[in-house]
Amino acid sequence: MAEPLTATAGNGSRAKSVDIYAPQWRNFLFVAPYLFIFAAFLVFPLFWGVWLSFHKADTFSSGRFIGFDNYVRLFRDGIFLQSIWNTFYFVFLTVPALALIGLFLALCLNRQTRSAAVLRTLFFSSSVLSVTIVTLIWRIVYIPDMGLLSMIYGFFGAKAPAFLSDPDLAMIGIAIATVWWCIGLPMMLFLSALQQIPQDIYEAAALDNANRWQTLRSITLPSIKRTFVLVVIIQIVFQFQLFGQAWLMTKGGPNNLTKPIVLYIYNTAFQRWDIGMGAAASEILFLLILVAAMAQFLLTRRKADA
Amino acid sequence: MASHSAEIRGRSFGDRLLFGLVILLALAMAGPVLYVIALSLKDNKELMVDPHSVFHMPYTIKNYIDTIGTSNVFSWVLNSFIVAGGLTVLTLILSSLAGYGFARLNFPGRDALFVIVLLGLAVPEQAVLIARHQIFSWLGLHNTYPGLILPGLSSAFGVFLMTQYFRAIPKELDEAAILDNASRFRVFWKVLLPLTVPAQATLGIFTFLGAWNDYFWPLISATKKEMFTLTVGIASTQQNFAQSQGIGFLMAQAVFAGAPILIIYLFFQKYIVTAVSGAAVR
Repeated sequence: MAEPLTATAGNGSRAKSVDIYAPQWRNFLFVAPYLFIFAAFLVFPLFWGVWLSFHKADTFSSGRFIGFDNYVRLFRDGIFLQSIWNTFYFVFLTVPALALIGLFLALCLNRQTRSAAVLRTLFFSSSVLSVTIVTLIWRIVYIPDMGLLSMIYGFFGAKAPAFLSDPDLAMIGIAIATVWWCIGLPMMLFLSALQQIPQDIYEAAALDNANRWQTLRSITLPSIKRTFVLVVIIQIVFQFQLFGQAWLMTKGGPNNLTKPIVLYIYNTAFQRWDIGMGAAASEILFLLILVAAMAQFLLTRRKADA
Repeated sequence: MASHSAEIRGRSFGDRLLFGLVILLALAMAGPVLYVIALSLKDNKELMVDPHSVFHMPYTIKNYIDTIGTSNVFSWVLNSFIVAGGLTVLTLILSSLAGYGFARLNFPGRDALFVIVLLGLAVPEQAVLIARHQIFSWLGLHNTYPGLILPGLSSAFGVFLMTQYFRAIPKELDEAAILDNASRFRVFWKVLLPLTVPAQATLGIFTFLGAWNDYFWPLISATKKEMFTLTVGIASTQQNFAQSQGIGFLMAQAVFAGAPILIIYLFFQKYIVTAVSGAAVR
């Protein structure tokens, strides 16, 4: 390695040599502003939340210590268990659809034509909208007897089901709106992965007279396997935090069948003001998300080793 | 070459099938938005009598005039601009300073602190939301702009991004400046910061878009109507959907609220896509 870099400082005769990479307290000033915010609004709340989950807390203070009572109450609450199930069901509905449709679109639109560019713009455009606008659009599409969907069903002489109030369909209705909203990111991630595949492999395949299906199966798909896993995990972590769509489209109904964990937390902490129990529920959500994040870490590392 | 001759020969049945599927999906993407725009241009009473009237004339801009005249949507847009703009500027400042500090300077405990900040990336908002709400109650910051801006500033993503970026800049640049007796801050400001413009753009777009579309924190922190951001405001108009001033009016508000960000997207599409997908992969 190189010798430590030194600079001559001071006035003329009393010059001294200092290592410019030596640790200095003064340098801490550059990171101090951020670290202060980080400590105050992320680290402290993280631990304070755990503390609250062991208390009968109210809006302003932590209140009485009650040990694991909040957690015990949670797991005896059928609605909480239902909300965990609902969340997994929602992830199961949306993540495979997002990954597969995103991959399909990327494969079709990975070309340099004007129409492909326009379509890419279209498919990503919904991603910049906020959840409140997306839900407003889809509620009006689903609205019984006069929405776009019922008119389309009517055109084919059928009667549209009441998507958001039918117990069997409500979550599917939310999932469709979510896929519509989120499809842009998976498509773009697949597109950038496709563009990184070296062209000469395709040329070699063409020389071997490989047909398109063979090329897709033995060159394209294996090359983007890692991106596929990445997209799936990003989407699991993201869709796990479902809140706005469920709150704004169905309020968790009918019969709590579309109430995800985050909405349960919102109801408990910010409507019933049972802060301690809400905190306990959010710790459980945190654990579940950490498991997915760990999976991402392990998978990406294993792929890097291989 | 084989592939070329296949293209010249024209489209196969499979090609047409795929093309049809993509067009179908494109219709599903655009349909709901076009439908909402058409609704916003219809008279409310006419829609009540015949929902199918949305597909034909007459259209009117009356709902937009009513939106501008009577709804709070203007003040909500303003609030969203102040919150998203303020958060973006402050995030860029704090992240650049910290990124430079972690990437280039040495101070006691640096590496340990950086690992702690990286761990912060794994913390989802929901894990800290309740405690944060209580802290902001203590500070009396609910229903204020600082109350809406400060939580977002704690995100570790910007620091992570800027640290990576500063590390990628050749060290010779700042070493030369330091040997010229420039102060650390001068090196940061004059030599390195101008080189980080692409990273600033990525981080800025990502932060602005995230803050503009954030819903949960403004929902629990901004409870007074005059402090609503656009997301919370639009959501509040949906609450009594049926009894609202009319579907056309509601949709005009939605279009009014969604149009600015869609127009920005059309102009800066390339940067937005790069920023969002870059942030997702990190």
